[in-house]
Amino acid sequence: MMNVMRLFGGRAASAPVARERLQILLAHERGQGSGKGSDLLELLRGEILAVVSKHVDIDPDKVVIRMERGKFVSTLEVDVEVPNGVQRSKMVAAT
Amino acid sequence: MAKVLVVTSGKGGVGKTTSTAALGAALAQLGQNVVVIDFDVGLRNLDLVMGAERRVVFDLINVVQGVAKLPQALIRDKRLENLWLLPASQTRDKDALTEDGVRRVIADLKTKFDYILCDSPAGIERGATLAMRYADEAIIVTNPEVSSVRDSDRIIGMLDSKTVRAERGERVEKHLLVTRYDAARAARGEMLSIDDILEILATPLLGIVPESQDVLRASNVGCPVTVNNASSAPARAYIDAVRRLMGESIDMTVPVERKGFMDRLLRRRAA
Repeated sequence: MMNVMRLFGGRAASAPVARERLQILLAHERGQGSGKGSDLLELLRGEILAVVSKHVDIDPDKVVIRMERGKFVSTLEVDVEVPNGVQRSKMVAAT
Repeated sequence: MAKVLVVTSGKGGVGKTTSTAALGAALAQLGQNVVVIDFDVGLRNLDLVMGAERRVVFDLINVVQGVAKLPQALIRDKRLENLWLLPASQTRDKDALTEDGVRRVIADLKTKFDYILCDSPAGIERGATLAMRYADEAIIVTNPEVSSVRDSDRIIGMLDSKTVRAERGERVEKHLLVTRYDAARAARGEMLSIDDILEILATPLLGIVPESQDVLRASNVGCPVTVNNASSAPARAYIDAVRRLMGESIDMTVPVERKGFMDRLLRRRAA
């Protein structure tokens, strides 16, 4: 019945969208500040960058980080531009 | 030349964040490069109203403290490629936002954007004073209601004394944006009229946004009302306001809902 009404009205109800967006957001925010493992995404971001910077001098301008928090899956995208020259000089120094 | 605008009101809940999102999007829709900054540290919501809440990585305080670079903290709008958001921090201490830090961030943004819109928190404390501190112009959001008008008057006083421009003896150009206006109730004498508000506040009118169901519908789905339903009455009011801001002269009207055939047939239903 609701669907028929929506069909005629040409407009979907927006409250269910609001409800779902809030549920996802609050699930993530309530987890924060509660100590260990509170935000896995933040933790991963920090450790990935630490590992990369052990081997390469990271130019902060050449790092792009994107996150998308979802209901079932979240994504973390760390895009680091690695300059070939720097990497080689570090490797030479290591040998 | 980049313009820094503060969207402010004193009173909470009058539509600052909704208006920042709508005005920012409307400017972007008219081809301007726009960044909107959330100054409400601890209670950010501009990200939610713009539908970017799941993509926040860094925030204004991270940039001020040097934890992140400005380009890393800026979030590009999914629908408008020349609209960007700099979110507020959700958890950090309010004192982390310093005057000098804000000055540096705004100076940097000025080299990249045409318009910088600062969404002020409610109140007259640190967050609100920092949001207006470097403004060239101010948009004062007012509801046709006694407490809102009183608080707007207070904010106007602060714009004339606590901003960098005011301290230099320059003027912060002020624009009044009346939101949640119901022309029928004003006509019946149940609500302050536009003339009443203008007479009390003596500030030029930028626009009149009518009370409308479209505003809640847009925030439900996380999309500025000017994008979500560009032909709706509030969207047209915001677009007119932005055109006036850009120097066009447009007759001041209160846009009304255009009722479709089906709407009229079925009357109004809650969406």
